[in-house]
Amino acid sequence: MAVCIAVIAKENYPLYIRSVPTQGELKFHYTVHTSLDVVEEKISGVGKALADQRELYLGLLYPTEDYKVYGYVTNSKVKFVIVVDSSNTSLRDNEIRSMFRKLHNSFTDVMCNPFYNPGDPIQSKAFDSIVSTMMVQAC
Amino acid sequence: MESLTLSDVEQKYYSELFLSCDVDNTKKVASNGKVLDLFRAAQLSNEVVHQITELCGATRLGHFGRSQFYIALKLIALAQSGLALRVESLNSVRDLPLPRFVMGKNEQETRHAVMFADTENQGSYFPRHPGRVQAKKVSAHEMIQPCVPTVDPQPDTTSPVVSPHQSPPTSPHAWRKHKRQASGGNVDRQPSVPGVVWPPFREAQPGPVTGDGMWSAHSPPPVQESWVSFTDTPPSSTLPMHPPSAQPESTTVRTVPSAMTTNEIQRQISGYDDPWKITDEQRQYYINQFKTIQADLTGLIPGSAAKEFFTKSKLPILELSHIWELSDFDKDGALTLDEFCAAFHLVVARKNGYDLPEKLPESLMPKLIDLDDSAGVPEPAPEVGFSASPVEVTPNKSPSMPSLNQNWSELNQSNEQWETFSERSSSSQTLTQFDSNIAPADPDTAIVHPVPIRMTPSKIHMQEMELKRTGSDHTHPTSPLMAKPPELSDETKLAATIKFPGTTVGDGYSSSDSFTSDQEPISSAVNRQRSHSGTSPEGLKVVAPPPPPPRPHASHSRSSSLDMNRNFAAVPAGPQQPGVVAFPPAVPPRPLPTQTSVPHGHRSVEGDGLPAHTSTSPHQMPEQPNFADFSQFQAFAVDQPADDGENASDSGQAERCAETTGTMKTAKNDVQSEERNATTVNSTKVSTPLAPPPKPVRRRLKSEDELRPDVEDLPQKSNIIATVLATQPSIPRSIGKDKKAIQASIRRNKETNTVLARLNSELQQQLKDLLEERISLEVQLEQLRPFSHL
Repeated sequence: MAVCIAVIAKENYPLYIRSVPTQGELKFHYTVHTSLDVVEEKISGVGKALADQRELYLGLLYPTEDYKVYGYVTNSKVKFVIVVDSSNTSLRDNEIRSMFRKLHNSFTDVMCNPFYNPGDPIQSKAFDSIVSTMMVQAC
Repeated sequence: MESLTLSDVEQKYYSELFLSCDVDNTKKVASNGKVLDLFRAAQLSNEVVHQITELCGATRLGHFGRSQFYIALKLIALAQSGLALRVESLNSVRDLPLPRFVMGKNEQETRHAVMFADTENQGSYFPRHPGRVQAKKVSAHEMIQPCVPTVDPQPDTTSPVVSPHQSPPTSPHAWRKHKRQASGGNVDRQPSVPGVVWPPFREAQPGPVTGDGMWSAHSPPPVQESWVSFTDTPPSSTLPMHPPSAQPESTTVRTVPSAMTTNEIQRQISGYDDPWKITDEQRQYYINQFKTIQADLTGLIPGSAAKEFFTKSKLPILELSHIWELSDFDKDGALTLDEFCAAFHLVVARKNGYDLPEKLPESLMPKLIDLDDSAGVPEPAPEVGFSASPVEVTPNKSPSMPSLNQNWSELNQSNEQWETFSERSSSSQTLTQFDSNIAPADPDTAIVHPVPIRMTPSKIHMQEMELKRTGSDHTHPTSPLMAKPPELSDETKLAATIKFPGTTVGDGYSSSDSFTSDQEPISSAVNRQRSHSGTSPEGLKVVAPPPPPPRPHASHSRSSSLDMNRNFAAVPAGPQQPGVVAFPPAVPPRPLPTQTSVPHGHRSVEGDGLPAHTSTSPHQMPEQPNFADFSQFQAFAVDQPADDGENASDSGQAERCAETTGTMKTAKNDVQSEERNATTVNSTKVSTPLAPPPKPVRRRLKSEDELRPDVEDLPQKSNIIATVLATQPSIPRSIGKDKKAIQASIRRNKETNTVLARLNSELQQQLKDLLEERISLEVQLEQLRPFSHL
């Protein structure tokens, strides 16, 4: 279960960010922002290979003592970042991948909506609900 | 805890709230979750909520007892009215308005789409349309919109706490439930919605239309007992547009509720038609609108066009986006007719103030819409993992709609299933596995060449039998096919070949089985051959299509037997391996067609298709080395008083037939000798009845005539036929008139049929073997060729 989920646009501004407000959102915002550097680094690192071969799932970006940050980037350079609690050891890589997949699918649905202008903050309820299911359930 | 004094109204209100929170029905404790939801619905900040919780003592207790609950509610009222939260103020403040809760506290279940009408929306209507009466069915547990009735200028009837609209419209997505006033009176208000709905898109408004439809839509999911808030809408409730129907509905509604328990109400609500249902009129309108955008009713409206269209409705983009999300069921970025209707319907509803549902109402779901109307375009069949709609539920209007809705929503959200599917499909692992499974061509494997073989059951049985007898076979590595002339002289071999078809056919014919069993002396050879043919891969089915199974010459009295006889006679004796080789293609089928044609030709009692015989027999001759089997028949024939002379003549015929085939010549003599031998042998052995005596003779006679021109008849076959003919004593034609004789002849014919069928199958098998040999030889040739160049 994620503690924070963020969607960052191609230009590196956030489209959507949601966190479980246990420890204050600012911290997560900051974390996500810093993770972008790591994402960029990973993206450019595979530059020699063709973009097709680049995996969308970036894996663990970096861990801190409190939590781990996972990244995922789409072909259109939209980045998904998931922050999970470090104490939540049961989360396997596959689960993270599936979470990203769900995110990606929901994001695609949002994009398909003609009323959504790319670059707008995501206000879709469906997307929200998907994200909620993935977040740590809090009161 | 300080004692709490509540006014009557408060008391009532709080008790209702408590009951609604009292999910566990303990009557004492309100579950935390619900209470928290409720408090949140009070639109207070979290810290205030925490404070309240603390104050009322729930944090101490860990749960909300009734008193704590009441205290909390009072505190909420305090907070909402802006007063400081202090315990002392609980009792001090008088005239405290009842705490207001937005979104009904029972929202724990994810909103069901049906809940719409927001009290404030309703409230907004009411002032606007005073004349309207909204029938409401309220249960005691319903949430009361806690505001003093005074606020409501409406012509509310009895209920004291009516209230609906007090606060200014909250967010469109706030839902308020109406609660039936404790008094049980119904507030009948004509839903005004309809009138508002259509003007933007349509002309005159018929007038107050029942919003009952909508109201019932707002009824909380049946799950939630306490939420009955809405009037039951009579089954016909649909979106306004049917004022006439509305009236009676409302009236009926009035009478209903008081007597009803919440459960009943719930049931009623769920049983009624979904208020989101599209009426025919509406649907027609939608369809017309659809046509303006997209002429083809089965086509799709692209997202951009839809966006433009719906933007005209002047709804905020956010809401339009939400509507899109709801209505684009298959998430393909385009709207089918159903989706378009659903979207349109939602827009209309929204314009009339109804809140958008969280989930698409069942009646708006694409496939359900199909039920409604002709215009429905069936959703594509569910293809999991693809963009198509998630489920193709069979349209059913049954009250199981709620379940459908839930299923849909579940499915809709179970995207992961789709994801996994897509992933799976992308991986070609399964495909590669399949590829690897393709075994290299193995001529010995039956699988390799799946050339269709028409295997008669008898044939299959024959093969099975062969396989069983593989033991002794190997002395003849190659089937009689390979034996060729040198082996023709081998009587046993001939017999074996003869037997072969017999056994193959034996399956279906008990007589043939018995027949084969009689062939003791021949059996060894037969076994050998049979086993050999069994070993030869059935996979050798490359070349010619399998011959059609022998057609039973049913109901052919003498004619069939005559045919058979002729065929037998036509079959050259001895396995003409080379001969067979010479005529591999299309050989097998001929005997059968000829045989069949023959009987046809011989419908007449005297069966004359002599010319036909000639045509058939030649075909048969060369093809089936198994014709040797016919020697069995000959043996039978011999049994009959038919003289050997006849047999000889038959064999002579066969011989002649063989003569025509050059390759047969060598076999001729052998065939003849074999025939004779076979006949003699057979005659000694076979005592029966294969065919009634007269028949074979007749055939023989005829075959004699016909066999001459035979070109390809295998000597075996002629032998066999001759044998068969021999077995049948000449039948004076007069006999045919005798019923018994006819029956006997029928029997004989059948037996001959059986034998012939067996023979055919054996021959076919031999042919196969032969072909296989040929193929192997060719392969060898190919292998040798390169070396020749060296």
